[in-house]
Amino acid sequence: MGAGHSHRLYRHGHSPVHELPPHCKLAAVFLFVVVVVSTPREAMWAFALYAVLLALVAGAARIPAGYLLKRLLIEIPFVAFAVLMPFVVPGEQVHVLGLPLSVNGLWGAWNVLAKGTLGVAASVILASTTELRALLLGLQRLKLPPLLVQIASFMIRYGDVITDEMRRMSIARRSRGFEARGVRSWGVLAKSAGALFIRSYERGERVHLAMVSRGYAGSMPVIDEVTATRAQWTRAAALPVAALAVCLLGWTL
Amino acid sequence: MHVPDGFINAPVSAVTGVVAAGAIAVSLRGARRELDEKTAPLAGLVAAFIFAVQMLNFPVAAGTSGHLLGGALAAILVGPYTGVLCVSVVLLMQGILFADGGLTALGVNITDMAITTTVVAYVLFRALVKVLPRTRRSVTAASFVAALVSVPAAALVFTAIYALGGTTDVPIGKVLTAMVGVHILIGIGEAAITALTVGAVIAVRPDLVHGARGLTAPLKLRVGGELVDAPAAAPAAARAGSTRKVWGFGIVTALLLAGFVSFYASASPDGLEKVAHDKGIDTKTTQHASSDSPLADYSVKDVGDARLAGGLAGVIGVGATVAVGSGVFWAVRRRRTNSAPERTPETV
Amino acid sequence: MNVPSLEVSGLAFAYPDGHQALFGVDLTVARGERVALLGPNGAGKTTLVLHLNGILEGGAGSVQVAGLPVAKKNLAEIRRRVGIVFQDPDDQLFMPTVREDVAFGPAASGMRGAELEERVMGALAQVGMAEYADRPPHHLSFGQRRRVAVATVLSMSPEILVLDEPSSNLDPASRRELADVLRGLDVTVLMVTHDLPYALELCGRSVILSDGVIAADGATVDVLSDGALMRAHRLELPFGFDPSSTVAPLGGASA
Repeated sequence: MGAGHSHRLYRHGHSPVHELPPHCKLAAVFLFVVVVVSTPREAMWAFALYAVLLALVAGAARIPAGYLLKRLLIEIPFVAFAVLMPFVVPGEQVHVLGLPLSVNGLWGAWNVLAKGTLGVAASVILASTTELRALLLGLQRLKLPPLLVQIASFMIRYGDVITDEMRRMSIARRSRGFEARGVRSWGVLAKSAGALFIRSYERGERVHLAMVSRGYAGSMPVIDEVTATRAQWTRAAALPVAALAVCLLGWTL
Repeated sequence: MHVPDGFINAPVSAVTGVVAAGAIAVSLRGARRELDEKTAPLAGLVAAFIFAVQMLNFPVAAGTSGHLLGGALAAILVGPYTGVLCVSVVLLMQGILFADGGLTALGVNITDMAITTTVVAYVLFRALVKVLPRTRRSVTAASFVAALVSVPAAALVFTAIYALGGTTDVPIGKVLTAMVGVHILIGIGEAAITALTVGAVIAVRPDLVHGARGLTAPLKLRVGGELVDAPAAAPAAARAGSTRKVWGFGIVTALLLAGFVSFYASASPDGLEKVAHDKGIDTKTTQHASSDSPLADYSVKDVGDARLAGGLAGVIGVGATVAVGSGVFWAVRRRRTNSAPERTPETV
Repeated sequence: MNVPSLEVSGLAFAYPDGHQALFGVDLTVARGERVALLGPNGAGKTTLVLHLNGILEGGAGSVQVAGLPVAKKNLAEIRRRVGIVFQDPDDQLFMPTVREDVAFGPAASGMRGAELEERVMGALAQVGMAEYADRPPHHLSFGQRRRVAVATVLSMSPEILVLDEPSSNLDPASRRELADVLRGLDVTVLMVTHDLPYALELCGRSVILSDGVIAADGATVDVLSDGALMRAHRLELPFGFDPSSTVAPLGGASA
């Protein structure tokens, strides 16, 4: 999917949610999504409560509803998939406006839509209230392997640089009268992609050189570390704990 | 296709999470062995490249366009380990930064799009390069086939995951036909673009194409007027490298099998699952047994006990993932700190 | 102190592919001096620079930085003493924020806490970028990035600052700002450049590296005024620029 990752979700601001340490937020969002996914799909009211919980968090983070809803659009391909479900799933059927729909398929569509949307909304709130850098520090604090965090951090640092190079190459192509039309233009585009790879790789080597020149010997010095107080953990835990309560009710009712 | 939350049930998501964690751990070691201290900057830049190239649109016809997924390309250009790392990091960042792909589905997405594509493409590519004559054209052809197969292979793995843990029982036959059918089409595009891109790189910097290493003609010695092959350097080291690689893939396969087989075992309709239902929720076996067969979750009529058991199993499964995952990473990190940097020539 | 900041003697080097780039370079740079290293493309300038902190080695001859020979066992200290600013600031600034980037060098040598913070802010203040500490590098202008790149090596308190094409791609204002920064530093500078007026402005002494050897070494104004010498080494002054008529160089701190 996804031509169009260019827009970053982060919204600058000062709110109780913005100020929570990143690893607390990451853990809270992850646990929240786990709880949502583990909720039985028949407990429809539970999903409504989850949505209310997220709306409360979004409110505390001062994220406008319109912004949040617009970001949910990333889900569209799966909406399409979900819409198909009532038509292709066999089994007991109901008739809505004369259309035969599968009961199981309807449940399935509801399940995917509800859980998927809540998952995306939670991720969007996380990404809108946490800076890139802080997210990386949070991942590091959550004991992701340091090498993986470093790779991610280089990717974030150079993502824009490489995308810019790609854009410049595209402008250069168009300036010389090239217009990408149909399969016949693939050769030219692929040559650009190849050139982009070579540039990226060579830049990687130069970056390594610059690192070595400043004393790099295989491990990154830890310059920043994030810490969280018990109070901050408690505040971050509010979301998943509330969700867990809803989930348990959903299982027992 | 980034799978969102709620598409695959919790236990299967957890198992794929373990598989992904294991494969990433193996790849971290492998990449470090190949690139040494250059791993972080080089893999980071290649990840940025994959990220960027996914935005490059290739027009197909009538206003439609496709774009590269990049797994096969990464595998051929930088090798399977670095390739897995790069694509995984791209997926991780897309999940966290752009909410593209669910957080709980990260294991599914990585297993599917990072591991399957890279490993399938690389194994196939190396096999073809071995068989075909040593020319650049063969490399391009091998890239084409490798990329072509890698995309439906990912669709196949996705279907398998869906069969085990899909939250709706769309008939698997239909899913398979649709997924594989569509992805063969996508695969053709992916194959053409990958082959053309590899061809473009190999024309300028053949030394950068990881998968084409060893394609340069072997050094010759002039002995009594005859040209003979120079003895290959350090065959012993090469052997050590490949054993470790076999070991690495072994672990991944074992994990895959362990996950899949256990779920198939619990899938038989009148097996463990029925027992679980009969016995209620107060035994441990129950929690495991009904942990979610492809059938159990969809039978809407018997909610109650079996459902609760399934949910508990889900939670336990996720807990286990976290435990096993961090265990693996901890072990890897410990090993890495006391293993001296070593370089082994690439042989597979 | 009489130990020169940099002493290169008899340095020769060939790349593994057999291409020989340096054929016996001798160069001494006294402490506090600012020297321009001029030469046509392919003269071996980059190769020489990469020898100064031991990234390339294994040829003949020797390099000493403030009396310490460049050798495997000294590499950590050598890389602290020699601060290389590479041509593309995007290569140099690889950390997510300016502050972390400037901290990278000292942190790699084990510095932490308040001392590190002080060092970082000091280096950023020297280049006039202190208020940008928490910005990501790609949000800065090219000129600002170049100055931060200088700060990343200043934070290591280097014995000698080596700049690769410091004025390239800068607009005139940024170029002047960087010159002001460099002039204000109390550190030995070796500046690789094609920008001859910049060399004249900042460096009292210039050396020409050509075909892997030092072909000329003298006061910048004399080197640039020697038409025959310049032509022999493919060096050309900008149109209408006459070094001898320029007001006495401001960078006269040298011998």
